[in-house]
Amino acid sequence: MLAACGLSSVEELFNQVPASTRIDHALRIAPGLSEYEIADTFRDLGAKNANGYASFLGAGVYNHYRPVIVDTVVSRGEFLTSYTPYQSEISQGTLVSIFEFQTMICQLTGMDVANASMYDGSSAVPEAAMMAVRVTKRSRILVARSVHPEYREVLRTYARDQGLPIEEIGYDAETGQLDLADLDAKLNGETAGVIIQSPNFFGVIEDSKAVAERAHAHGALLVFTFAEAVSLGILEPPHDADIVAGELQSFAISPSYGGPFVGIITSKEKYIRQLPGRLVGETKDTRGNQAFCLTLATREQHIRREKATSNICTNQALIALMATVFMELYGKQGLRELAIQNLSKANYLAGKLKRRFTGPSFNEFVAVAKDPEDVNRRLLDRKIIGGLPLAKFYPELSATMLLCATEMTKRADMDLIVEVFHA
Amino acid sequence: MIPTKVRSHLTQNESLIFERSSPGKKGYQLPALDVPEVDPAEALGAASVRATIEDFPEVSEVEVLRHFTRLSTWNYAIDLGMYPLGSCTMKYNPRINEAVARTEGLAWAHPYQPESLSQGVMEVIARLEEALLEITGLDAITLQPAAGAHGELTGILLVRALLEAQGNPRKRILTPDSAHGTNPATAGIAGYEVQNIHSTDQGMIDLEELARIVDSDVAALMVTNPSTLGVFEDNIMKVADILHSKGAMVYMDGANMNALVGIARPGDFGIDVMHLNLHKTFSTPHGGGGPGSGPVAVKKHLEPFLPVPRLARKGDAWTWDYDRPQSIGRVRAFYGNFGVLVRALAYIYAHGGPGLRNATVDAVLNANYLRHKLRPYFDLPYDRPNMHEVVFSDDRQAAKGVRTGEIAKRLIDYGFHPYTVSFPLIVHGALMIEPTETESKRELDQFVEAMIAIAKEVETEPETVLKAPHMTRTTKVDEVGAARKPVVRWRPS
Amino acid sequence: MNYPENYRYTKEHEWVSLSGGVATVGITFHAQEELGDIVYVDLPKSGTNVEKGKTFGSVESVKAVSDIYAPVSGEVTEANELLASNPEKLNEDPHNAAWLIRVKVSSDHEFKQLMSAADYQIYVGAES
Repeated sequence: MLAACGLSSVEELFNQVPASTRIDHALRIAPGLSEYEIADTFRDLGAKNANGYASFLGAGVYNHYRPVIVDTVVSRGEFLTSYTPYQSEISQGTLVSIFEFQTMICQLTGMDVANASMYDGSSAVPEAAMMAVRVTKRSRILVARSVHPEYREVLRTYARDQGLPIEEIGYDAETGQLDLADLDAKLNGETAGVIIQSPNFFGVIEDSKAVAERAHAHGALLVFTFAEAVSLGILEPPHDADIVAGELQSFAISPSYGGPFVGIITSKEKYIRQLPGRLVGETKDTRGNQAFCLTLATREQHIRREKATSNICTNQALIALMATVFMELYGKQGLRELAIQNLSKANYLAGKLKRRFTGPSFNEFVAVAKDPEDVNRRLLDRKIIGGLPLAKFYPELSATMLLCATEMTKRADMDLIVEVFHA
Repeated sequence: MIPTKVRSHLTQNESLIFERSSPGKKGYQLPALDVPEVDPAEALGAASVRATIEDFPEVSEVEVLRHFTRLSTWNYAIDLGMYPLGSCTMKYNPRINEAVARTEGLAWAHPYQPESLSQGVMEVIARLEEALLEITGLDAITLQPAAGAHGELTGILLVRALLEAQGNPRKRILTPDSAHGTNPATAGIAGYEVQNIHSTDQGMIDLEELARIVDSDVAALMVTNPSTLGVFEDNIMKVADILHSKGAMVYMDGANMNALVGIARPGDFGIDVMHLNLHKTFSTPHGGGGPGSGPVAVKKHLEPFLPVPRLARKGDAWTWDYDRPQSIGRVRAFYGNFGVLVRALAYIYAHGGPGLRNATVDAVLNANYLRHKLRPYFDLPYDRPNMHEVVFSDDRQAAKGVRTGEIAKRLIDYGFHPYTVSFPLIVHGALMIEPTETESKRELDQFVEAMIAIAKEVETEPETVLKAPHMTRTTKVDEVGAARKPVVRWRPS
Repeated sequence: MNYPENYRYTKEHEWVSLSGGVATVGITFHAQEELGDIVYVDLPKSGTNVEKGKTFGSVESVKAVSDIYAPVSGEVTEANELLASNPEKLNEDPHNAAWLIRVKVSSDHEFKQLMSAADYQIYVGAES
């Protein structure tokens, strides 16, 4: 090969790199390990984390069972190692699965159009906010304080440099739902969108109809978000929303210390050209057969460049595929049954503890606890990871913790928590 | 010519899953409840409960498995053969990476679990940070961004934050006309005006024009090195000097890092901030379009502004440090695409320092081999040594009425995925080819054979090329129809 | 291609016709040919003010977006609704049925500064 290039040594390949720019030492990284050693290394690293603990953590990342078939499908090399489906003729497998994903997300959320996925819920929310700004041509964003704190932080980072003012709406101290009076006070003709999460960070289900009415009366859009996708198995979807953005981690995606996850963004039909990211559309090939392709690419960065609707270059195809397999396995009845199990488990636990809020909840709720850190310490001794003490994000709620129970939560562990709470 | 790499074969047809759906079919089984079942309408009020998930599918497990298995056979993939896509670095995705990412203690770690029970995951992050800093020659790094474009945005926000702290965020960002589209899109979203800077006739940054344009209103230059032409910017240090002399910074798009690992370090040649693509250089799988990961590495002066939290040491344990008053904030929830980080670290372990350098050498050798083998047949607008990728133009074929896009489609009939078409924009009718180090001489020779055959077809039977592909189960699709009347979901008839 | 004699033209490949204080603006045959199959046209609402030399909308094909620049200044009185449902008309009949917007102008001063059909013919001849 060197001969074909007219060179006599591989080092000559780098003559084009000026000596002054070249590294002056060998990389200070140990020589390569064998496969066995690599497996061993990560086994040890894995062992230094929680193993075999029951967990009552939710707060945006949920423990749900992952059907085995999910990994069987995504491990196929044709899915795992394939590229973005720009060449339709040899990517129909990916394109069809994305089209099914887009369809099911619309069916779940009650919206008309969905894109091929976003990085995660925390970045889908600011993208939805920017969409509201583009559509209404206004600039103020109102966001509920009960939206996931880290989602709000990401929103602030994006909005600051776009010059978009963000204002927070408080929650009702009794119900845990959005404070509608506060919303009324802050909504005006400059508001582009109102962002709420349901179930919200406290696990409380919001009255999205009431919020939509108020937002629309001022010409603002309702941006509805969710972090626990399983809730859509039983809860009425937000038909009054204009944009729905959320997180699908609950659908067979490992918690994996926070990522990779998969976000979604969906909207009413009329906003389709404002949707960021990739979109798969149905069409025909030259023989008249049904076929699929990436479409409306002119919204994207590689064509619009500085006028793009967003700079997102990717969707989370492989992770979205996990969610797609999950949705198809569980299906219409399964998601409902799964949701009812979650509701029942959390209801059992909440019934034996003191709730902080009176609003309705799904699989998460805020429990009153004089000393949440102490409760958690004692739970750890029993190999249980307790809930999230809310003081971290809501100083006014320091004597509480957020508890989550899913279909994987065992009654015996719930009884243990109750014991420790009451001790 | 009869392709040697492929031959026709039956592939299964498969309808959309909704068309297979039938009420009552199940693909799941939940355990019996060990607590009393709640009636949702009773617990939440009937108005809050949905009657059903309209038109959601109902199918059996075997139907789901067959469905996706059949679909998968319609895809091309690295596991099937080479992707010559320029700037995508489609290298082998090692399976040991997949195995270790599924280690229970790593895969089930919750981002809010106690730090005392998270020392393993935090150690993974620490080790990857260290390795990437050694590779890039920079001083600090964040692993939070979810993908390359996300990392770019983070990088520019860091530049802005530092300039703001100095009293003036400035107004413009310079991008070369050879830049990837995410560069100007990012600059626009970060609130800057984008100014294009022209390349010299050698495809390099024009130093004179740069010196003229850079003033105290310029925040940064976004550069890719090697450039999207696959050529090393040999004036990069002078470029950096020009920017630095006016208090501006140099951002490097790390898409082409596969040409530099173990050879040159951006931190050594004047880069202030850069992003990496773990799904390119570091072998994490593309998965049909994601997930990726776009770490951002910086020089010391940008460290205070990095996204929060940062990994820190407390005694002999790892902890997350949230006390970062100058930070730009969060660019996403939690700590980054941790599952992708595990895979990248496994890749680094497998190669080790010497192995990583060897990979770069092989990548550059392979690309140069292709340049020499193909130049008798395709026009080379910049005939000079390239690094890990090479760019041809379709000028010769265009004279016969055949363009790069059509040649690319014909390549599919020969069993390959197309190269990158029509990019970079500064080359008319570009063919951008990056083989990566994964490809053996045998695979490369088959690719060369195919490209030469197509070049000959352009001369003798151009219609064959113009109407390609012929051998695929799906032929060219009507993209115009798809865009004029978009149908982006299935609906029952 | 015969470019209508009574129209004027711009370097950005727009045409303008003027009648009774209202200018009609479109893109030329050459422009639609360069763009390829048009899939979407983005036009301003009536009542919007457009300024000579500034963009007022865009035309999209599958692979490209082109900004359209206002050849004259004034208030948009009408945007061609035909193009919302049938963007392909812009390829079929760019000089007549597929006009883009009508603009109320204060004088014919800006119109008179634009290229004549003969000059535009030479200009596109030189470009191709």
